[in-house]
Amino acid sequence: MGSALELRGIVKTFGAVRANDGVDLAVEWGQVHALLGENGAGKSTLMNVLYGLVRPDAGQILLDGSPVRIAGPDDAIRRGIGMVHQHFMLIPVLTVAENVVLGHEESRQGVLDAAAARRDVDQLSARYGLEVPPGTLVRDLSVGLQQRVEILKALYRGARLLILDEPTAVLTPQEIERLFEIVRGLKAEGKAVIFITHKLGEVMAIADQITVMRRGKVVATTVPGETSPADLASKMVGRPVLLRVEKGPAHPAGVVLRLDGLSVNDERGQPAVRDVSLEVRAGEILGVAGVSGNGQSELVEAVIGLRPVVAGRIELQGKDVTHSSTHRRLEHLSHIPADRHRMGAILEMPIFDNVVMETFDRRPFARGLIRMLDPVRRFAARVIKEFDIRAESPDEPMGSLSGGNQQKVVVGRELSTEPAVLLAAEPTRGVDVGSIEFIHRQLIRRRDAGLGVLLVSSELDEVLSLSDRVAVIYRGRIVAVLDSEEADRDRVGLLMAGAA
Amino acid sequence: MNRVVAAVLGVLRGLLVPTLSIICGFAVAGVAVYLSNADPIEAFTALFQGAFILHNALPETLVAAVPYIFLGLAVATGFKAGLFNIGADGQFYVGALAGVYCGYSIQGLPAVIHIPIALGAGVLVGGAYGVIPGVLKARFGAHEVITTIMLNHIAYGLSEFLINGGPMRDPHASAPRTPFITPDAQLPILLPDSRLHLGLVLALLAVPLIWFLIERTVIGFRLRAVGLNPVAARAAGISVGWTIVLVMGISGGLAGLAGSDEVLGLAHFMPPSFSIGYGLDAIAVALVAKSNPWAVLPSALLFGALRHGAAFMQFQTQVSADLISVVEATVIIFVAAPALVRWLFRIRERSAVPASFAAQEGV
Repeated sequence: MGSALELRGIVKTFGAVRANDGVDLAVEWGQVHALLGENGAGKSTLMNVLYGLVRPDAGQILLDGSPVRIAGPDDAIRRGIGMVHQHFMLIPVLTVAENVVLGHEESRQGVLDAAAARRDVDQLSARYGLEVPPGTLVRDLSVGLQQRVEILKALYRGARLLILDEPTAVLTPQEIERLFEIVRGLKAEGKAVIFITHKLGEVMAIADQITVMRRGKVVATTVPGETSPADLASKMVGRPVLLRVEKGPAHPAGVVLRLDGLSVNDERGQPAVRDVSLEVRAGEILGVAGVSGNGQSELVEAVIGLRPVVAGRIELQGKDVTHSSTHRRLEHLSHIPADRHRMGAILEMPIFDNVVMETFDRRPFARGLIRMLDPVRRFAARVIKEFDIRAESPDEPMGSLSGGNQQKVVVGRELSTEPAVLLAAEPTRGVDVGSIEFIHRQLIRRRDAGLGVLLVSSELDEVLSLSDRVAVIYRGRIVAVLDSEEADRDRVGLLMAGAA
Repeated sequence: MNRVVAAVLGVLRGLLVPTLSIICGFAVAGVAVYLSNADPIEAFTALFQGAFILHNALPETLVAAVPYIFLGLAVATGFKAGLFNIGADGQFYVGALAGVYCGYSIQGLPAVIHIPIALGAGVLVGGAYGVIPGVLKARFGAHEVITTIMLNHIAYGLSEFLINGGPMRDPHASAPRTPFITPDAQLPILLPDSRLHLGLVLALLAVPLIWFLIERTVIGFRLRAVGLNPVAARAAGISVGWTIVLVMGISGGLAGLAGSDEVLGLAHFMPPSFSIGYGLDAIAVALVAKSNPWAVLPSALLFGALRHGAAFMQFQTQVSADLISVVEATVIIFVAAPALVRWLFRIRERSAVPASFAAQEGV
């Protein structure tokens, strides 16, 4: 197989930041090339250069051995480069087939040839084993299937080189396995795949070639046989990283959060959480494992007070809060939301406003109705220091921080109020290795100081490594609560699939 | 020191697009003048003279700017909370009704008590009128654009009913109008031989007050949070519903103050048809100011100058005063489409990084 793509000495600076500092990358046809690096390492800049979204200051792009200039995404698509973005660019109310052919429709006298579109999409889908129903509306598809629609879109436009940007971030373990099968199928067809990720296990499983980036530079080029996850992690972060969470035994005390026969409906009024009873004690982490979409988000929203309870009780430190306002509950409860952009932060506001989102109206951050910005700024500076947030000042807008640093702002805010209970939903989603390690250590430290943690995560490894007890949720019911010793991957995995 | 420089640069950068939009507005209007066989330079010179240079022009421009300041602040406050208060005109109307009623019906009070009562009545009634669409939105999810437009028509009808033949009509007047307010309810004149009244001082005080409310108070934080990300605000324990009701109350109160201020300071009575579409101009004022309370001041002054200068322009050059509507409309279009202005003047965005990507990678 020949060389599909070669990037030579790509340089791109934004202001004072060298996002790409002489990057070389060579991708072969019929291979999966993993591009590994933390948030801010320059992976996305490099891919945006390749996709024509960003013009490099210096360097050369060679496609099939000949130098090219890529003018923009249209040009990139014409040259057979396809990109699957982390955030899908699909229209929910259109069908799969309509989404796939959008912009490249076949028409008969100006009328969309829906039958032809459906047939083409069906054929393409079958050829790569994507198994997407072409007539279904995209909004009715699971996240995993939506991703396959994105892949189909790229293939339909004639992609030979496919860029997958953090493709597993939103997938369940089963969906990840399916994605890997699809990627292997693409490989077998001679396509080249660039797989952007920061998850080490995935790199070892799927990659033929690995390029590790740090601070805009390529720090290593290797193959899975010659490296290990620990080796890759230390190259990525620039220092040795503990991949396993170190924690001692828990010393649980009294119950701080009790859910008793809790039932909650989803948006459409269908039961999403059914008769859930759980107890979280001070000084322990209770993990809720489950494939996402089994009632976890509804459960979290009910506990926080954003979703009405149909039946059952919620007790916080022995007090019934089933019908209390969110404001009241937040006095003893902290919440790391699963979707920080939507629910956890206001990106347009500066960091200092974001760290007091829940406490802005209390002393010392306000006196009466007047906000006291000096204490707010001082507090923000403390959180920035304590939680190792990479920011120039508390006045920097939240939106200009990297994902990992945004999450550290949220975690810092939620832990600094000295809560009794922490509701941590996907606390490390979309966060780089260094930040994951940091956030995990913080959770353990707070557990040891007596915090009761309800951890809800679709990353099974995260639940297993952090939790003292593991509850498995399936179709809105808790199907088992296991002690950490009995909770092994296989057993929990089976319970998550409803097979036990 | 660096922070000051950065702040100044930020302000200048913020002014760029509105300023260029205004220039574009005049350019398009100039073309319209040229096409109607008049001289645009002559027309705009007359407009400028009418607004600023002629005898009493500046005070009259300021008089015209006063309601725009209040109304611009009203709409801007709504914008900050993500609310589109189209109802400023209706709130202005009911505020004027309340002001004029207190002005003529209460007798024998000294001015220092009478004026605050009459102005306060405008604030309260305008605020209450703003609270209605606020409650409808918070409780039932009714969109404020629809409800406030409807409430505008109800306000027009109400004043028509009250003044044309209803309880507020002056029985001694031949034309339908309210009685004149008592002299002690009239706002004092600031400048001899002009109509420039105390309302200007109140408007100038309202600007820092509203800025302080939005930027430095707990209420302001709630309203900005709700405007920027209602889901996150709710998750942080902020009551989105109450905030909407409160903001609509504040916005309506400011519009109501504009109305009562106008009758107490200028007209001293109220005919059935009173407003000249102030509420809609107010949206333009707030848009050009990009909802910044400080920027409302120059923005309101611009619209006041256009309003006042237009009459002289029409007199001097026979160019219709309606031309200023063309200027206004064009300015709004350009302000609403900053990309268009950037393209016209080849202004580069601050960084070449696509916004979504910058947020993602943080470079």
